[in-house]
Amino acid sequence: MLFDFIMERMATSAEARQSAFLRAATLDNGLQVLIRPEHTAPLASVWCWYKVGSKDESPGLTGVSHWVEHMNFKGTANIPRDQVKGIIEQFGGSWNGYTWIDQTTYLETATRDALDRMLFIEAERMDRCLYHPDDCESERTVIISELQGGENDPDQLLDQEVTAAAFKAHSYRHPTIGWLTDLQTMTRDDLYGYYRRYYIPNNATLVIVGDVDADEALRRVEKHFGRIAAGPPPSRLRTVEPEQNGERRVTLEKEGTTAYLKVAYHAPHASDPRFVPALLLDAALTGAKGVNLWSSFRVPPPQRNARLYRALVETGLASAVSGAMLPTEQPFLYTISATATDGTSLQSVETPLLTELERVRSDGITPSELARAKAQLRARLVFDDDSVTNIAHQIGYFATVNSVDVLTSLPTQIAAATLEQVADAARALLAPSNRTVGWFKPVPVS
Amino acid sequence: MTTVASGLAPTRIVLSNGAIVLVKETRKTPAVTLNVAMRAGSVCDPAGSPGAMYLLSRVIDRGTVTRSAAAIADELDNRGVSLNIVVSRHLFSLLCTCLAEDVEPILELLGDIVTAPTVPDAELATRKGEVITLLRQDEDNPAVRAVEELMALLYGRSHEYGRPQKGTSDTVEHLTREQLLELHAARFAPAALTVVVVGDVDSGRVAAITDQVFGSWRAASPVPVHLSPPPLATSRRRRVIPMMNKSQADIAYGFTTITRRDPAYYAYWLMNNALGQYALGGRLGDSIRERQGMAYYVSSAFDPNIVEGPLMIRAGVSAPNVDRAIASIDEELSAVRRSGITAKELTESRQYLIGSLPRSLETNAAIAQFLQSAEFFGLGLDYDVRLPDLLGRVTIDEVHAAAQPLDPERATVVVAGPYQG
Repeated sequence: MLFDFIMERMATSAEARQSAFLRAATLDNGLQVLIRPEHTAPLASVWCWYKVGSKDESPGLTGVSHWVEHMNFKGTANIPRDQVKGIIEQFGGSWNGYTWIDQTTYLETATRDALDRMLFIEAERMDRCLYHPDDCESERTVIISELQGGENDPDQLLDQEVTAAAFKAHSYRHPTIGWLTDLQTMTRDDLYGYYRRYYIPNNATLVIVGDVDADEALRRVEKHFGRIAAGPPPSRLRTVEPEQNGERRVTLEKEGTTAYLKVAYHAPHASDPRFVPALLLDAALTGAKGVNLWSSFRVPPPQRNARLYRALVETGLASAVSGAMLPTEQPFLYTISATATDGTSLQSVETPLLTELERVRSDGITPSELARAKAQLRARLVFDDDSVTNIAHQIGYFATVNSVDVLTSLPTQIAAATLEQVADAARALLAPSNRTVGWFKPVPVS
Repeated sequence: MTTVASGLAPTRIVLSNGAIVLVKETRKTPAVTLNVAMRAGSVCDPAGSPGAMYLLSRVIDRGTVTRSAAAIADELDNRGVSLNIVVSRHLFSLLCTCLAEDVEPILELLGDIVTAPTVPDAELATRKGEVITLLRQDEDNPAVRAVEELMALLYGRSHEYGRPQKGTSDTVEHLTREQLLELHAARFAPAALTVVVVGDVDSGRVAAITDQVFGSWRAASPVPVHLSPPPLATSRRRRVIPMMNKSQADIAYGFTTITRRDPAYYAYWLMNNALGQYALGGRLGDSIRERQGMAYYVSSAFDPNIVEGPLMIRAGVSAPNVDRAIASIDEELSAVRRSGITAKELTESRQYLIGSLPRSLETNAAIAQFLQSAEFFGLGLDYDVRLPDLLGRVTIDEVHAAAQPLDPERATVVVAGPYQG
């Protein structure tokens, strides 16, 4: 039996022309299904989301979520290894996947006539992946290559250090790619066991957006996924990060050419009422971004009038400044990053940055800053609805990390936010005792 | 005004001063993408001043005759508009997306920026600092170092395609406000301008606004830049840039190929897709990533242009695997030269490239980019409609012929990273 209902999306006047609704259903096996017809192009995008990410990993198995994601492109019982290549490309489609701290997701976007194929692939991926030992070994070196590519970027190295210092107990502390020694020692059984534990319909959300009929699409989902048995609910790590009671600092010294600064604060999760005020605060400080991991860096933010841009970039102290306030399942970090201009010391960047943050902490933001932040976020939510792929990502991201209700209520919450709420968010969030400061000090290249 | 009957069917308008306007109405979201391009890319950098156009792109939007930098910032930020200015070899492009309700003021603003920049000294000093920092970051980036060195070797360090597009710290430091304004005066003119507007707009209204914004602009047509063809590679070249502070090496391996208007373009495109694009990196991905597990990324990119453009294979591998990865690239190229691609591969790549058209033309930004490119290369308003047939007519022998220039004996190979050769 399907539990089936329709949620009307809250539509602002600007969005009114989009008859945006979401068909939501839950199969008997617990698979959550979200379907949004979009008839603007003859395309469909299918995403299968799993509530598993690097925060679910134990010491010794860091990076397993991401490695499992890689293994799930290596063939299934009914998609032989040599037939993976081209399975969606023959429909002009693309496919991909990613893993982050809370989620692992897979997508296909192709012409609408490929809907059945896309659902078949995702159903196969859920319970019939092969994990051939040779493929596990071959992928080990690919993933280590991915890790080493990331290490080439000093900004990424610093981010890793700051995150590890900010969390002393919660598993958000280790990088999604994993630690090298874990990647060198993990076994095929570790990977396969993890796959069997988390890849179950009652731990997944399937999202379909595109030129489809919702009823027909739902019937097809039932056909492909209805056979898959539910599994025992995966156990979750219960550790809550203790409150931080004093500033932490890390300094990374390595050969390089450029100095980088990061300041990270423990921040509210996406369903916390303080999340939207914190989003507006970030927009006032560094310009509004898209409100999910993917869209946050797809387009640079409008930030010429943002507080920190004016304090650091317009003064010539930094060549770039950015903020990251992303929706997460549990409290994560609000991270501000700056690149010191050539010849500028990190202290010369840090001092005005912290001064500006203290100012906003004591005085809040101005009415015009709040109006601008709201206008920017409203525009960004419209811009993010530019393709079936991006719409499906936005829906699936929130459904997995929190709930679709958080996404649908965003426009209302943004419009209703007050100066006092943003000031409260600034006071709590930007407390010096809540921050971790990281420096990347370049040592001259020998 | 010209329109075509099916496909994207944009409206094309030629203003009285020669500027071209292309409009495509879509109703996906209440938003509009603007792609305003001047034929004034880095090939227009004066000899001895590489990076001049790039520096101009960083400062052109920081003050006009009638607007201060602060006023421009207000107009953009208050509407949630992020203005991205990009310089390629041939185009200087202003790109942004705005809400449909803001299209008129934003077009007016872009018009002002393009036609009447003032390049204030204080702004120039700040942007120079940013560019010099970017150059320092590039020095520490193996991927950038490998690609820039490959282009310099393929075209020559003084060739317009071989020069560094951002310039050098020295050239940037010495560029003056007067030089940038002279460059603007020499290279920015209505005859070199194409404005593309895609989104929730009315074509007639856009025609009226663009005529109002750009129609009265008068400037002499720029003198064409003479571009030499690249030198022929007669032997294999190999260059190593040791960067021992890095974890992974980047390989850039390439050739010069053909111009965009060459009739063999579609055969090259299909050949490149099968070689290094299809699915996870075509044949190269099968070999280097899937079978040998040597690299997280490997692919080939084919970028024909006004001058014979490069075909570039790139891979990121650990130092002990560099030689094996290069040998694998050699093997794949030798195989495709010797035997071509299979009929199955041709069918798959053709099916993919044709089938992916609706997806690649889904967003307003992607449509705008497609129309801008079609206009630049003179491909016609119906190019999207003709494209499937152009790909469909390519024979397997033509694809085989397109692989012949990819001779490993004449390849140029650059490795940057923790590797000393």
